[in-house]
Amino acid sequence: MMDSLDAVVTQVQALSGSADDCVHLAGLLKQSEQVLQVHAPRVGYALQALDPAKHSLGYLYLLEANSAGTLSREQAGSFLVAATNFLTVCSADQIRLTVDKFNILCRRMKDHAMQMMEPSSAILPLYAAIRKLQPSSEYLTPLHADYLLLCLLSKCYKAGLKILEDDIFEIDQKRTGLVPRDFLLHCYYGGMIYIGLKRFGKALEFFQHAITAPATVLNAITIAAYKKFVLVCLIQNGQVPPFPKYTPSVVQRNLKSCAQDYFDLANLYNSRNITDVKRCVHAHEDVFKSDTNMGLANQVIASLYKRNIQRLTQTYLTLSLQDIADTVQLEGPKEAELHILQMIQDGEIFATINQRDGMVSFQEDPEQYNTRKMANKLDSEIQNIIRLAKKLTSVDEQVLCDQNYLSKIGKDRPRYDPDDFELVPQKMYTNL
Amino acid sequence: MVSEEMEGTGSRGVGVGAGGGGGGGGGGGGGGAEQMDVESYASLYTGHTKIARLHFIADHCHSRALELEALRMAADEIKRGENTTLYRENMEKIAGRLGGPYVLDQDWIDSVDRKAAQRQEKLEMELNGYKTNLIKESIRMGYNDLGDFYYARGDLQQAFKCYVRTRDYCTTSKHIIAMCLNVILVSIELGQFVHVSNYVSKADQTPDVQDPIVLAKLRCAAGLAHLESKKYKLAARKFVDTQFELGSNFTEVIAPQDVATYGGLCALASFDRAELKSKVIDNISFRNFLELVPEVRELIHDFYASRYASCLGYLQKLKPNLLLDIHLYDHVEALYEQIRHKALIQYTNPFISVDLNTMASAFKTSVAGLEKELAALIMENQIQARIDSHNKILFARHADQRNATFQRVLQTGSDFQRDTRAMLLRANLMRHDFIMKGKFRKLSEWLF
Repeated sequence: MMDSLDAVVTQVQALSGSADDCVHLAGLLKQSEQVLQVHAPRVGYALQALDPAKHSLGYLYLLEANSAGTLSREQAGSFLVAATNFLTVCSADQIRLTVDKFNILCRRMKDHAMQMMEPSSAILPLYAAIRKLQPSSEYLTPLHADYLLLCLLSKCYKAGLKILEDDIFEIDQKRTGLVPRDFLLHCYYGGMIYIGLKRFGKALEFFQHAITAPATVLNAITIAAYKKFVLVCLIQNGQVPPFPKYTPSVVQRNLKSCAQDYFDLANLYNSRNITDVKRCVHAHEDVFKSDTNMGLANQVIASLYKRNIQRLTQTYLTLSLQDIADTVQLEGPKEAELHILQMIQDGEIFATINQRDGMVSFQEDPEQYNTRKMANKLDSEIQNIIRLAKKLTSVDEQVLCDQNYLSKIGKDRPRYDPDDFELVPQKMYTNL
Repeated sequence: MVSEEMEGTGSRGVGVGAGGGGGGGGGGGGGGAEQMDVESYASLYTGHTKIARLHFIADHCHSRALELEALRMAADEIKRGENTTLYRENMEKIAGRLGGPYVLDQDWIDSVDRKAAQRQEKLEMELNGYKTNLIKESIRMGYNDLGDFYYARGDLQQAFKCYVRTRDYCTTSKHIIAMCLNVILVSIELGQFVHVSNYVSKADQTPDVQDPIVLAKLRCAAGLAHLESKKYKLAARKFVDTQFELGSNFTEVIAPQDVATYGGLCALASFDRAELKSKVIDNISFRNFLELVPEVRELIHDFYASRYASCLGYLQKLKPNLLLDIHLYDHVEALYEQIRHKALIQYTNPFISVDLNTMASAFKTSVAGLEKELAALIMENQIQARIDSHNKILFARHADQRNATFQRVLQTGSDFQRDTRAMLLRANLMRHDFIMKGKFRKLSEWLF
C-alpha cells in the first residue's frame, strides 16, 4: 500500500523488470487506486517520469487516473496525444495483466475522439491496441467493436477490413474482458462495413452471427442486425431463408413482431412485382428512414430489376428492348438499355445490344473454368477447408476430453457389463 | 326457347334408342348443338346420384329449357323414392314453372312421412330385440336395414353411422365387403372422400375378394377419391385398371362412360408417353370403356400421334358437358391446362429448333400467345430451351454439366466454410457461457 504518489512512481520504476515483478506490481497498483484518485492533478507530472514502453503497467494506471472525469478541450487533446503514443509503444505482456483498465482507457480514447469529431485519429492507435491485447489473432476483444465503429464513422472501410478478415474463434472473457454486448456490436458493425464495401455475402455472415448468438433476452442490437440482414438477403439472394434451427428461441419467437415491415417487404419481393415492392417501400419510408436503412431499401428495388432481367436471360436468346421494358416494368426501351448496359459492365449478365434493331442477344457465361487462375483459386479454397477441418477435429477432441461431457455420457450409459464390453468406448477409460 | 325444346325432344328419341352407348357422346356431338341430352345422360344412372346429377345440371347450366327438363326428371325420380326433404327442395326449385302435376303434393309428403315413421319404429324395435338376443347376424342385418332406410329417406349421416356400426358384427368377408361398399356409397354422396379411401383400403385388405365386379367397384371408388384430392396420376391408374365387368353394376355412383372419360382425361394429363401407351392404348379392358365414349378414344389417339390440333378440338367440344358433371367440374380447367402443357412440351421435345409460326398453326393460337405460354413453361423448367424473339425460333438448350459442376463445387465449398466458422464460433460462445442476458435498453444508447 503506497501512501503517496512518489512512492507509486518509485515502485513502478522498480518492479517493471521481470514478469513476476510485474505481477506483483499489478497487485500493488490495484490497491493504490485510491491514492491515484486523491492526487489526480499531480498525476500528469508523475507521468513524465515514466517511460510508456518500459513501465507500461504503471503508465497505464496513471494515464487512466489522469483522464478520469470530464476534460476540457485541450486536456482531451493532450490526453489523446499521450494515449496514442502509449498505445503504439506499450508492452503487450504488461498490459495483459490488467485487461480491464486497458479496455477502459481505450474506450475513453474512442469517446474523446468521437466527441472531437476526429474518429480517424484514433484508428491506428486502436489497431495497435487490439493487436497487443489479443493473445492470438483468433481472439475477440472489446476493442474490436470500438475500432469498427471508428472506421464506420470515418468511412475508412479498408482499415476495418484488416481486422475483419481474421477469423474469430476464441471468446475468452478472462483474457480479454469481453462481454456479450461487445460481441454483438462487433458483428453488427462488421456487417455494416462489409455493406459499405459492397461485399454482401460476408455482411450476411456477420449479421447471421449476431442473430444466432445464444441469448435469453431479445436486444436492440439483434433486432437492428436482423433488419439489415433481411434487406441484404434480398439484395444478394432474392429471398430470406428461414431461421436456422440453432437460433435462440426467444429470438425466433419475438423477432417477427419487431420487424414486421421488413417481413412484408420480403414477402412482396418474392412475387417479383416491381410496383408492389416500390409501393411497400414508399409506405414504410418512415420506418426505413428511422432505422437508417433507406439506402439499402433503394438498393433492394434496384436488385429486383436486375433479378427480373436475369430471369429473362434464362428464357430468351434474343429479345427486343421494348419487350424487356414491358416485362420488367421499366419506363421504356431507353431505360432498359441503360439498365442492361450497367449490368453488362458489372459482369452480372453477358449480352450484346444491337442498337439498329433494338434487340439484345443474351449469351452464356464464357467462364470455362480451365484457366490457371481458376485452378489456383480452387487450390486455395481446398487449403482453407483443410485448415478448417483440422481446427474442427481439434475442437472435437477437446470436447471429448472435457470433464462435463464425460460425466454426462457416463451417466447415460448403462454400467460396464463384462458381456458386452464394446458399449463404452475404450478412450474414456484411458485418459481420466 | 321452343325450338330448343323441340330439338331436345327429337334427339331424345334417338338417345333412348341408342341407349347407354351414344349417351355422353350423343349429347355433345349431336347435330352441332351444344345442348346436353339430359334424358339419355340421366338414364345412365340410378338412385341418388341420378337426382344429384340432375340437380347439379339444373343449377349450373345456362339454358332454362335444360334446367326445367332436368328438374322435371328429378321430380319423377324423387317421387319413386321416399325422400320427402329432397322432394320439397326440388319443388321449390321448380317453383311451379312446369305446371300441372309438378306442384307440391302435401298429401304425398304426409303419407310418405307417416309410413316412414312407422317403419322406423318397427326397425328400431326389431333391432333392440336382436340386441338383447345377442345374435350377431341378426344385429348386423338389423343395422343394415336401418342404414338402408335412412339412406332412402335421405338422412345420410344416420345412414353412415348405422353402416359403420355393422362393422362390429361382420363375420365373413362377404359381410365386410358389403359394409364397405355401403359406407363408400354414402361417403361419396356426402362428399367425404377421406372415408372413401379408408374403406376402399379396408376392403382391399379383406382376404378372398374374388368377385371382379366388386373389385371394379372398389377401383372406381378409389379413383373418385383420388380425383377429388387432385391426385390425377393415381386417379388415372385406378380408373384405367377397372375391369370392364363393372358394366352397369355401379350406376348408383358412376357410369362406364364416366370411367372412360375420367380415366382418359386424367391419364392424358399425368401419364408420360410410355405409360400412356402401355396402360391406356394397349389396355384391352380399358379399350372397351373407351368404345363407349368415342370422342375420348379419338382424343387420346390424336395426342399420342401428335395431332394436337384435332386433339385440342375434341377437348373443346367436350368441355361444356364436362362442366356439368358433379365430380369433374372443378377439375376440368386444371386437367385441360395440364394436357395443353404436355402437348406443348411433347411437341418441342424432339427438335433442336422449332419455328414458332408452324407451331402456332399446329396449336391454333397466335404466335404472341404461344410465345408467352412457352416462356412460362421455360421458367418453370419444363422445357429446356430458349426463345429467339427476334426471329421467332425456339432453340433447344442443354445445360453445360461441366460448368454447372464447377459452380456447384465452389458454392458448396464456401457454404461449408461459412457454416463451419459459424459453428465453431457458436461452440465457443456456449462453452464460455457467453449469453446475452439482462435488461432491455434503447437502441440509441448502444449505438452511435
